[in-house]
Amino acid sequence: MTSLTNSIGREGPAPALSAAGGDVPDYFALLKPRVMVLVIFTALVGMVVSQGHVQPMIGAISLLAIAVGAGASGCLNMWWDADIDAVMSRTATRPIPSGRITSEEALGFGLFLSVASVVVLGLAANVLAAALLAFTIVFYAVVYSMWLKRATAQNIVIGGAAGALPPVIGQAVVTGSVGIESLILFAIIFIWTPPHFWALALIKADDYARAGIPMMPNVAGPASTRRQIVWYSLLLAPLGLAPVALGFGGLLYAVIGVVGGLGMVAFSIRVLRNREGEAERRAAMGMFGFSILYLSALFSALLAEQSFGLFRPVLG
Amino acid sequence: MPEPEIQYRPLTPEQEARRRKRSIAIALALGAWVLLFFVLTIVKLGPQILSRPL
Repeated sequence: MTSLTNSIGREGPAPALSAAGGDVPDYFALLKPRVMVLVIFTALVGMVVSQGHVQPMIGAISLLAIAVGAGASGCLNMWWDADIDAVMSRTATRPIPSGRITSEEALGFGLFLSVASVVVLGLAANVLAAALLAFTIVFYAVVYSMWLKRATAQNIVIGGAAGALPPVIGQAVVTGSVGIESLILFAIIFIWTPPHFWALALIKADDYARAGIPMMPNVAGPASTRRQIVWYSLLLAPLGLAPVALGFGGLLYAVIGVVGGLGMVAFSIRVLRNREGEAERRAAMGMFGFSILYLSALFSALLAEQSFGLFRPVLG
Repeated sequence: MPEPEIQYRPLTPEQEARRRKRSIAIALALGAWVLLFFVLTIVKLGPQILSRPL
């Protein structure tokens, strides 16, 4: 079997992997599967806390479309950020910087999946849900990746809106509108994002400096970043209890919200106090890991309460 | 102006295997795409498809 290459009149060995295309898992990796799982999960919670009903198959197809849309925006992010990814240890092995997939392939893949996911969601659910998904993709790929990320230390603060939107899309699928429930979930993820990412940025500051990304520790300094992590955690702890106050978070959620919120504050203070060496790294990674556990536990509690009859009202 | 020489290069067995896997994945994805629209159509239309005026 032969292949027509683009090497007109050039001799030498066949070009490396990129000219022959990557393997299937490489394309899957472009979609940032771990982020997709988080998006499916948060969108599902947005659906179950909504006051409404959706046909199960429509709900499943909608979740698939939301997940693929999120994956497509991740793919476009990797296409745009390939130069940055290549110089950062955490991302250097991604498919584009490692040469397994070309930028053009990633761009085409991402654009196709973006359009396809929005169209499917529009047909399966409604125009509002599709429009919100399109907005999320554009916000992440264009506003965050192409503009904010390299322009301001507030990049992940503002860009965090894209990661916070899936519950809102989920509620739009079920009700055709946006309600207070999903807006509260949006706010929780939005405020959770900075302390989560800055904890990682504290110990990856050299990586970001090498790539020229103005992350908060590189711009405002580690001390200021640590203080901001504490402030955001202090804001997040009570905000995490808003679903209880609004009546869609029950006793289980309240317990997890209180314990988790106190945990976030405690871990943030640990980050503030441990400023050097191995203790600094352990504190930052502890904060990063616990923040994932906290958000997962909050949303799992909502899912369990609404889906498995575990809801016990706290107020009234 | 002479036509540039176009070289055809054989793919390595590894490259061929990857291309074959990609082709299978694309075929499966297209099949899933068709199935998705079929299911979506049936679900959206529902039982009313049987009660439309002839």
